[in-house]
Parts: sequence; C-alpha cells; structure tokens
Amino acid sequence: MAEMAASGEEPEILFWVGCAGAFDDRYKRVTRAFVQILEHVGVKYAVLGTEESCTGDPAKRAGNEFLFQMQAITNIEVMNAYNVKKIVTACPHCFNTIKNEYPDLGGNYKVIHHSTFLQQLINEGKVHVKGGEAFQGRRITYHDSCYLGRANNIYEAPREVLAALDADLVEMKRSRANGLCCGAGGAQMFKEPEPGRKDINIERTEEALATLGTAGNSVIATACPFCMVMMNDGVKNKDQEENVQVFDIAELVAQAEGLSK
Amino acid sequence: MIGIENIIFLVVAAVGIGLFVWQIRKIRKNVLMGRDTVLADNPSERLSKVLLVAFGQQKMFKRMLPAVLHLFVYVGFLVINIEVIEILIDGVFGTHRILGFAGVLYSGLMFINEILAALVIVACAVFLWRRNVTKVPRLANGVEMRAWPKLDANIILVVEIVLMLALFVFNISDLKLAQLRGTHIAGAYPISSLFVNALGSDPETLYMAGRIGWWFHILGILAFMNYLPSSKHFHIIMAFPNVYYSKLLPKGKFTTNPAITHEIKAMLDPSYQPPAPEVDAEGNMVIQRFGAKDVEDLAWKQLMDAYTCTECGRCTSVCPANITGKLLSPRKIVMDTRDRMEEKGEHPAIFAPNHYKELGVERVHVTEENTLLRGYITPEELWACTTCNACVESCPVNIDQLSTIMDLRRYLVLEESAAPASLNAMFTNIENNGAPWAFSPADRFNWAEELYMPSKN
Ligand code: SF4
Ligand code: SF4
Repeated sequence: MAEMAASGEEPEILFWVGCAGAFDDRYKRVTRAFVQILEHVGVKYAVLGTEESCTGDPAKRAGNEFLFQMQAITNIEVMNAYNVKKIVTACPHCFNTIKNEYPDLGGNYKVIHHSTFLQQLINEGKVHVKGGEAFQGRRITYHDSCYLGRANNIYEAPREVLAALDADLVEMKRSRANGLCCGAGGAQMFKEPEPGRKDINIERTEEALATLGTAGNSVIATACPFCMVMMNDGVKNKDQEENVQVFDIAELVAQAEGLSK
Repeated sequence: MIGIENIIFLVVAAVGIGLFVWQIRKIRKNVLMGRDTVLADNPSERLSKVLLVAFGQQKMFKRMLPAVLHLFVYVGFLVINIEVIEILIDGVFGTHRILGFAGVLYSGLMFINEILAALVIVACAVFLWRRNVTKVPRLANGVEMRAWPKLDANIILVVEIVLMLALFVFNISDLKLAQLRGTHIAGAYPISSLFVNALGSDPETLYMAGRIGWWFHILGILAFMNYLPSSKHFHIIMAFPNVYYSKLLPKGKFTTNPAITHEIKAMLDPSYQPPAPEVDAEGNMVIQRFGAKDVEDLAWKQLMDAYTCTECGRCTSVCPANITGKLLSPRKIVMDTRDRMEEKGEHPAIFAPNHYKELGVERVHVTEENTLLRGYITPEELWACTTCNACVESCPVNIDQLSTIMDLRRYLVLEESAAPASLNAMFTNIENNGAPWAFSPADRFNWAEELYMPSKN
C-alpha cells in the first residue's frame, strides 16, 4: 500500500490479510491462493503489509472493549490516511468487525468477504472453474462460518462458488442458519475449551464425516481461518487425514483454475 | 334485566382487571431498572417483524410439529377471545348471546370456535404428553428446569383444557335447553351438537350447568390473566413488544461503548475534547460501570427479554457449548436474569415462584454474592460461549441472549480483569504485536516472500 501511495496510485481494493492469513502456516496457503486469483484476474489490489494490525475482533468478543477500540481506531487512521474505499478479506471475523463495528468509530468502507468476491468473479466469467477434472465426483461439504452466516446472512455465496466446481456437493444436517459453530469463535480459539463431554470441533467434524461417507478423497470446505484450524484438528483427531481434506474455497478455486496444485 | 349476578360479575371483573394492571405496572418498573437505550428507529421494519415473527409465528416453524400444535392454541386463543367479548357484554347487561343478531357471521364464528376449541384440547394433550411422557429433552432437562418451570407449564396446559371443556359445557347446555323448549339459538355448534345429550335433559340441571360453565369460563380468564405475570406464559403478551424492539442490525454487530471511544481518542490526541461527563439529578457525576454485573447494568430490552422468555429451550438445544456438555445454557442466562430482577425489584408480581434456586445439589455453583454475575451466573458459563448466535437465531420471540452474555463478560474483563490466563496472554499479544499470537509484526508480510520466492529462483 505504502508503495502504491508513494507512486501516487490508488488500488481498486485493499486485501485485508488478517492475522491468521499472515501468521498461521496452514492458512498462509489460503492467502497465497487468493493473491494468485487476484493476480490472475488482474485486479489492482494492495495490502497493508506490516502496517496492518489485528482488527480487535478477538479482544472484543472476549469482552475487552478497550483493547478492541484501540486496535480499531489505529487501523482506521491508517486506512483513512490511504483513502481506502473497498476492502476484501478472507476472514469472516475481520469482515464482520470492519463492516459492522468500524463505522461507529469512523471507519466507513465497502467490505466484501472473499466468498462474495469469488462468486462475482465466477459470474462475470473472469474465473472459469468448470471443465477441470480436479473435482469431478468428489464429495464436498461446506461448513458455515457463524460470522459469515448467522452474523451477516451470507449463506449462498460460498455455496455458489462450490457449485461452480464439478463436485458432488452434500449438505450437513445442521447447515445455513442452523449451522453448528466450529468452536473457535468468541475468542475460544485462544483458550482451552471449558470442561464438557467433548470439544465442539469434534462434534462438528463427526457430523461432517458422517455426511461425506467413506468414499475417501472428499473435502470439507471452509471460508474462515478459524473454521479451517478447528476442522483440521478434528479430522486429525479422527485419523481421517487420508480420506478427507480441509480446504478454503479460495484454494479450491485456485486449484480448479490451475493456479496451484 | 340487570340482577345481583351481574353486579357480582362487575365487581369480580373490576378486581381482576385492576389486579392485572397493578401487576403490569410492577413489571414495567422492573424492566425500567435497566439502562436506557433508544430503540425506536425504523418503525415500519419493526412492525413488519411483529407481523412476521409475533403474529405470523415465523420462527416457530423451524420445528414443524410443535409449530402446528402451537398454532392451534394461538389461533384458538385469538378467536375464542372474540367470544369472550360477548361473554363480557352478556355478563354486564344480563343479555344472552348478544352477538347472535349477526346471523351467518355469528354461526361461522361459533363454528370455527368449536373446531378450534377441540384442536386446542388435542394440542394441549399432545404438549402434556411431550413434557411428561416422551420427555422432549429441551423441555425436560437443564439445571434451570427446576420444579416451578415444569409445574408452570403443566398448570397452564391443564387449565387450558379445562377452560375449553367449560366452553363446551356452556354450549351444550344452551343447545339442549333450546331443544327442550323447541326454540332455536343463534350459531352453529358442530362439536357440542354431537354431545347434546351428555348433560341429561333436566332443565334445572342444564340451566345450572350453563351458568357454572359461564362463570367458570369468565373466572378462569380473569385468574389466568393474573397468573400470567408470574409465569412463562407471559410471553403471549410480551412477544409483541419484544419483537418490536428486537435488534435490526446484523447479528454480528456488537454494541460499542462511546465512553471508551472518548477515552481512547483523548489518549491518542491530547487536544481531543470529550463531551462533559453525565450527571444525575443532583448534579453528581454518574459513574460508568463497564459491562454488566447486575440487572441494572443491562439495557431495559435485555430485561424485557427475560419477561418474554417462554422457557422453550430452543436456544439451549442449538447451543454448541451446551450440546457438547459445557455448563452454558442460554435459556438459563435469560431465566436467571428474570429471577434476579424479581428478587431485586421492590415490586414482584402477586406471587413470585420463579426462583428456581431450590435446595438440593446445584450443578452450577454460584456464590453468595447478591448480584446477577456470580450470584446466579458463573464465569465458567460465560467463558464457554462462542458468540455463534445460534441461540439468537433460534429464539421464537427474538430474545438476544448473546448480548447479555457479552455484557457480563465485559464486566469480568474491564472491571475485574478476570479473564482466563490464556485470554490475558492474547490481549498482551495484541497490545504488543498487533496480533493475537506472539509473532513479530515485522513478519506480517512473510507470506508474500514465500509466494514470490519460487518465481525468483
Ligand atoms: S452464542 Fe453462545 S450461548 Fe448462544 S448458542 Fe452460541 S455459544 Fe451458545
Ligand atoms: S430465550 Fe428464546 S429460545 Fe431460549 S428458552 Fe427463552 S424463548 Fe426459548
């Protein structure tokens, strides 16, 4: 971003990478896949790089309103200085916070989740996921992120992206508005779960595995870094890594488009 | 023909209605213990929500069987109330079936009434069955489902059946009397005419049965009305205002505290002028409490939520924390709020049996502290919430359980710094590194190098 600003250019969109996108080893692959798509379609985009800081979502959900506002106000100052107008992010938590909670603090942007963005690219024909053999006949089930779905009513965009792949899309019993949380939201990601019968991600993974059946080579599709971690842990816990892989929808699109393996 | 019976009726009705108004005022006062919030924007959107969710029962239909049965009871209640108007007029003026002049319209009304009354009986019987025999888990289980909530539900179901039966007794005796006298009475009675001989054919008895049925009905209604404020069945009234004032914003948007915003802005920019602090009537500064420790720290809408809860447990049954055996139950949060409010409010309803804090082993170990937080709701419950909004989505009367959970959490963190250690570590990481993990902000861009590395090689 700084470079573009220095050369007097303004990007069309700011890609908000998010902490997981920047630091989580598994999730960095999603960041790269999404950037490859952005490059592929030739959108003029920028990232804040080291000037980006946590949106404050985990602090806010954990009850630390003070720290949240510190983060938010600082981020807003940076983005307003660059005259940012449109933001795309792959993280539903960043998406929700910037879209819904930043305006109260002076940050008004058009915020788009990458699932909506990808859906638009497919609709506009800029990305042609069809025709590849990669997903033919593979079973895919989509796990709804609470912060995309119930929190912001985005249920169809990620499904339409998946439907564009030639895959066999199956729904879990608890899906869309009735979807079950992966167990990571509300800052649960950063602490041990409270004592109970089992962990939430195990319950959800069991449901996903039951839906996918035993065919193997099937996919749990996610659209959130936290969901990805939780489902991955669940699959490992159940020793199903051979049969089931967890992918973000951006990775699936990049694969179908031949941008990455 | 106003006689002694009518005068007695008038007195009874006046006492019944007066008592009800008195109770409502106490409840209003309790709700107003809460913080002020203005929730009156967008009246048209709010009204359409009331039409859909409250009148239209939209969210009930997430579960078909109870939705259909509930619809019988609900429509029955609405339609039969039209007849209650007639009963009232008859009661005051000593008339008999005063609306009978409406002819076909009246016949239609009576016809529908009887069909609905029969359906109400069926529905209530099934509900009793589900609660007591098949024991639907969300209705039978949970620490918050102590003796009173269970008894309350059963009382109302039995009473409803009895009231409907009284209606039939009243109609049957009228029908039979007319038959004996060879006269005709206005209206159509598909069910009662099947049982027209059930009460024998002694005119004296029939007349008495009719009067008893009539009195029973009207006394029943007055009693029911005054029972409501102590019961979960208060939802039949509260559902409407509660849906009207429900959240129109995206569920993911949590409230922002402007006092904190001013503080931070003043910190970042010394020239920033925060607005003058709030003062109360005596000119003393109002001390802001961050988050909620007790009921008066919650907004009035959150307290209204507590009076609206039907204790149906739909929220708890979809709560991921509860499903996996954690202590958290969103229904308990709402019921606790009501219990605490009625304990604290100086004006409880006629009787206050709601308190489920009974003797015996408590699964949730609360402290002796006399506040909502800790005295009713433990931090362990609060920390189990994933803020997933499943409870909010599921609630048929638009209660926002999550907002209460969040306000209590905020109190733990902002006033007591009592977050679990790992969350405190996360806070420190965000403060120092701008990320919840202990990574250096300088490494934030490393993913890009890794991306372009292969092409550079
Ligand atoms: S928001 Fe919290 S209380 Fe509500 S269903 Fe989700 S985890 Fe349970
Ligand atoms: S809060 Fe809503 S869903 Fe939960 S028990 Fe009460 S009425 Fe039912």
